[in-house]
Amino acid sequence: MTYAIELKDLRKSFGKTEIIRGANLAVQPGERVAVIGPNGAGKSTLFNLISGRLTPTSGEVWLNGQRIDGKKPYEINRLGLARSFQITNVFPKLSVFENLRCGALWSLGHRYTFLRFLSSLTDANERAETLLRQVGLAGKRDVLAINLTYAEQRALEIGVTIAGGASVILLDEPTAGMSTTETTHFINLIREVTEGKTLLTVEHDMGVVFGLADKIAVVVYGEVIAFDTPERVRADARVQEAYLGSPVADAQGGMH
Amino acid sequence: MNAVAKPSMPTARLVTWGGFAALLVVAPLLLSSSLALNILSQIGYLIIICLSYNMKLGQGGMLSFGHAVYTGLGSFAAVIAINYFSNHNIGLPLVVVPLVGGLVGALVAVPLGYVSTKKAGTTFAMISLGIGELVVAIAMMLPDVFGGDGGISINRTYGQPLLGVTFGPQIQVYYLIAVYCFVCTALMFAFTGTPLGRMLNAVRDNPERVAFIGFNTQLVRWYSFIISGFFAGIGGALAAINFEIFNAADALSGLKSGAYLLFTFLGGVTFFFGPIIGAILMVLASVLLSELTSAWLLYLGFVFLIMVMYAPGGVASLIMVNVRMAHFGKLRRLWGLYGGLLVTGVVMMLGVAALIEMIYHRQLNAGAGPVVQYLGVPLDTGAVTPWLGAAALAVVGWALMEGVRRRFARAWSTAQEEIESEIQARGALQ
Amino acid sequence: MEFFTISLLNGLSYGLLLFMLSSGLTLIFSMMGVLNFAHASFYMLGAYLAYLISGVVGYWPALIVAPIAVGLLGALFEQVCLRRVHKFGHVPELLVTFGLSYLVLEVVQLIWGRAVVPYGLPEQLQGPLFSIYGTQFPKSRAFIMLVAVLMLLSIWLVLTRTRIGYIIQAALTHPDTVEALGHNVPRVFMLVFGGGAALAGLAGVVAGNTYVTEPAMAYAVGPIIFVVVVVGGMGSLAGAFLASLLIGVIQTFAVAIDRSLGDLLAGMGMQVTASGGLEQVLRLTVAQVAPILPYLFMVLILIFRPKGLLGTRET
Repeated sequence: MTYAIELKDLRKSFGKTEIIRGANLAVQPGERVAVIGPNGAGKSTLFNLISGRLTPTSGEVWLNGQRIDGKKPYEINRLGLARSFQITNVFPKLSVFENLRCGALWSLGHRYTFLRFLSSLTDANERAETLLRQVGLAGKRDVLAINLTYAEQRALEIGVTIAGGASVILLDEPTAGMSTTETTHFINLIREVTEGKTLLTVEHDMGVVFGLADKIAVVVYGEVIAFDTPERVRADARVQEAYLGSPVADAQGGMH
Repeated sequence: MNAVAKPSMPTARLVTWGGFAALLVVAPLLLSSSLALNILSQIGYLIIICLSYNMKLGQGGMLSFGHAVYTGLGSFAAVIAINYFSNHNIGLPLVVVPLVGGLVGALVAVPLGYVSTKKAGTTFAMISLGIGELVVAIAMMLPDVFGGDGGISINRTYGQPLLGVTFGPQIQVYYLIAVYCFVCTALMFAFTGTPLGRMLNAVRDNPERVAFIGFNTQLVRWYSFIISGFFAGIGGALAAINFEIFNAADALSGLKSGAYLLFTFLGGVTFFFGPIIGAILMVLASVLLSELTSAWLLYLGFVFLIMVMYAPGGVASLIMVNVRMAHFGKLRRLWGLYGGLLVTGVVMMLGVAALIEMIYHRQLNAGAGPVVQYLGVPLDTGAVTPWLGAAALAVVGWALMEGVRRRFARAWSTAQEEIESEIQARGALQ
Repeated sequence: MEFFTISLLNGLSYGLLLFMLSSGLTLIFSMMGVLNFAHASFYMLGAYLAYLISGVVGYWPALIVAPIAVGLLGALFEQVCLRRVHKFGHVPELLVTFGLSYLVLEVVQLIWGRAVVPYGLPEQLQGPLFSIYGTQFPKSRAFIMLVAVLMLLSIWLVLTRTRIGYIIQAALTHPDTVEALGHNVPRVFMLVFGGGAALAGLAGVVAGNTYVTEPAMAYAVGPIIFVVVVVGGMGSLAGAFLASLLIGVIQTFAVAIDRSLGDLLAGMGMQVTASGGLEQVLRLTVAQVAPILPYLFMVLILIFRPKGLLGTRET
């Protein structure tokens, strides 16, 4: 069985501090996994390790049966993994359409060419138009990314992430800073655009977690202490002790 | 839902480029003095150079202090090629020499660009300075190759005339430059619409994100660097053809690189046509302004500083911002205030310039006596009155200008707010 | 042997001078992210102001007053110009310091002219400190070394032992937090920039009369300190120290070697016969090649160790 993502005893130290202390995870293709854990547990660091932004101190990262730890971000992206960022990370001076088109360029085979016009690349343009509709920004096609509202920027962020057609998507706190209505809308958006893909998302909002995920991975102090279906994770004593089991979480769980 | 149809786009394009071409053709006929022709010729190849520089700075976010390496080596290639052709009776006409310069510029950019683009931002800037100094130093070390202090001169009328054209007269050189200027401008504009050109913009905006959509950031920068070097080489070659001499210490110098930076920035880095304005300003300043006053570099420095602080988009952005105002019909109300700024500004400048001219006169022309001619008025730098008068003029002018400036700023921001709400209103209707 | 010792001493003094300059640059860059293109201009101002002041009250007061004056000018510039472009990003910051360097050059030429000015050594610093094997080591160069070492020590003490030093170190990486704690971060920045300028000015004061004081002195040393900072590793004081000494020593040695490159290669057992361009290259003496050595060094570092000798930051 080839896992979409596999982490084998992954470790990462910054100086003398070990942030990720032996993380193990095996995600099957098509699974939707929510990564939860207390603040400072190392969730974003894990994402950075998987996507190549950071190099592991030891341990292995596998993507679709290929070892990717130590590879550069663009190499990992070309192997089929895309990620979004907690702080919106798009191209501020390009329009929404341009942002999406840029995201699609590499996967469609347009490399560093300067001998063709962007306007003549029908496949890239069509893909960008499709993405535009999918993320609901069709009305803001030519608006500069820097002029969008926060929620719109987050939507664009997702759009750029999936533009390349990657089979494994990492979303780092996609709904951070959103209102309740915006979040509900966003969960549906995420569910639609990641249809059939493997999804890992870091989330704090329990409603999103329980509404979106097939499985939950609980990260505490740099280790994955539980990885199972939402019901079983909820019932896990260790998880309750470390993270869940608060009235706030229960309330959020009932909202979405 | 389709994007809003813009049927006038191709027409607007045609008009702009047609107008540009027409201007290039007609300019020397309207301004036919030899000084004017010289100025136009210099503007022609500097447009190519400044546009190539902006490929790095404005489009790629790569601040380079070493662009003169590529223009200078393009010049060098041109003079070597021309001497080679004429000495060995090779029938390649002058018109292909700029291409030789371009090729050399690109070839040099391959290794130098590889090293330079390993880093970004301020580190890149320092590396470009270091590499620039390295190249100058090497050139100065090998005077037999690079011509030393005397430089290498050429005769651009070498070989057979091409269709009756010898390129001896300046007007013929001008048209050679003009053709290259038009073609190179068009090509560099086309570049901005290609995948590499757009990814270059993306790298400028967010290099980290670029990696996460599959592109190798360094390669994007490197390839663009090489293309920029190509056009820089063409520009340099045309410069050598124009002046018929190559001097290593001048053509490769850090001062020249600094000048490209300064004027491209003044022209405006955020719009494609900004460097064109920069090129024009560069020639006008170095040819005309330098005649007017020996303090021209001082003024230049001030203007540059003010621009960076208050109008970092350069002259081009100032123009476009006013165009936007006019588009929304708000420009009318600002005319009066613009006029006020102009008048008070002139008053202040009269005083400041008088002071500067008097200081310069005492410093540089003391031997010629204490009297300096200032706009036709003789000022005795030995007496107290001119100093006090100039200082008073400067201070009063500045105070008045401050007053007008504040009212202008208020009117401007009110107009901006109105525009914003109009846009919002239109957006809500969609 | 005598050649080696004297050159080593000269190289060390030059290297320490480079360090005086590159340390200020590194501090400003580390603290504020600003690459101060006008750093060498402050160096030049220090020399010229010292010339002015020592003409009035003598050298030793000038040693104190001139750097302070340069520091004040630097702080003023930070407040009026730099602060305003801070929000535009690092490139405009670099550009504004570039503009300043232009202006300073023009103003200096305006006030003092374009020729060398007779900024001389005071009595106490003239003459040799000692002689080794018949060659003299000047007092003035030893004085530069002394000032450099004292300067380094005081920076280290200030940064690690005083309260303001702690604040500066904290503001380096977490300016918002420091501001939230009630410290005036803009004022800290102004202090750091002014301090860096003062250090450069001090370097100018001691170097101006040992070497030559003229308008071209800024451009003569400016690019080299950038090379030092890149080679040492951006943001690393220790790296700047190492790179300064390395480049200073190598440069000084090279300038003193009159053998040609061809001779060198022959000395290593390689007989090379060549013609044309290559022959010209081989005929060059090491001394003639010396000016490009720092830049060559920089290119090599960039290829083989892009982080710099002791660099830790990835810019």
